Amino acid sequence: MTATYEKIATTTLGSNQATVTFSSIPGTYTDLVLITNEKQTNTSNRSSALRFNSDSNSNYTQTGLYGTGSAAGTFRTSSTTLIYYGFYGYSTTSNFNFNSIININNYSNTAVNKTVLSRANNAQNGVDIIVGLWRNTAAITSITLTMETLSDFTTGSTFTLYGIKSA
Amino acid sequence: MATTFTLISSVTVGGGGSAVIEFTSIPQTYTDLQILLSVRSSTAAGNSNCFIYLNGTFGTSYAQQRLSGDGSNVVSDSQTSYPWVDMINAIPNATYTANTFGSAQIYIPNYASSNNKSLSVDFVGENNSTTSYIYITAGLFQNSSGITSITIDGTDNFVQYSTAYLYGISNA
Repeated sequence: MTATYEKIATTTLGSNQATVTFSSIPGTYTDLVLITNEKQTNTSNRSSALRFNSDSNSNYTQTGLYGTGSAAGTFRTSSTTLIYYGFYGYSTTSNFNFNSIININNYSNTAVNKTVLSRANNAQNGVDIIVGLWRNTAAITSITLTMETLSDFTTGSTFTLYGIKSA
Repeated sequence: MATTFTLISSVTVGGGGSAVIEFTSIPQTYTDLQILLSVRSSTAAGNSNCFIYLNGTFGTSYAQQRLSGDGSNVVSDSQTSYPWVDMINAIPNATYTANTFGSAQIYIPNYASSNNKSLSVDFVGENNSTTSYIYITAGLFQNSSGITSITIDGTDNFVQYSTAYLYGISNA
């Protein structure tokens, strides 16, 4: 029987890193799921973000809904250079209190732009749900995770990419 | 190739209802856990809450950030040193549209690690008459032990046909 849900790649950081990249993603799945459990080096909290296929141009759009414990709100940015997957629910330097679940459906379909649905959770800072758009019909072959400036992912942060097959 | 997504255990509530839904003796051989719930409470008046605790631990081991909406209001709140991760007023009960159950997805990455355990909790409880709720919640279990049990509790009993499925996800 064909396996429906498969691990594509996983990494646990052995040292602090500014970026984490999943490359050579096969186009044989239907959807992707990326799970992170991370913390950062900067004591001034920074948001986590991603790019596709090394595209750092202004080809991304996002809309988010968040709660910080004291405020609920929404944000929207267009023509940006990345998509946040943890905005107010960002990781911090304290323990591995942050996780995110990032769904990228129909990632290899070359007839459609690519959308991202992410849920980010940090019980000490915030919770958010973000939908992002990459205005490019190319199949996604790489995903680069990064933090805002002046922060790295710390040793021990984990990132796992899964593929889901519909056939 | 090792199976990535495996059903560990399931619960279907019988005719007598059940005060709690519990998973015990959870093996430590997976990477992450996912729980899928379909639940309804027997509460005959008022609202029903749902709360989750781990390894039988109450006390002050939990923190959470919640964002909820009911069609009229949106609320962001947070708790620290809390006894569990919860969703207030969220579960459909006897005052809700008949045969309607709330749905939840709970994800716990690295549940067997020696770090704190972060939880992602999404819960919806639809209702065709009065108010119903949607929650997205960030939970935290501030404990270095691997998770060996999960208890889902709530106001009064979970009714017949409530279900819970525990899956293990392996990155090996």
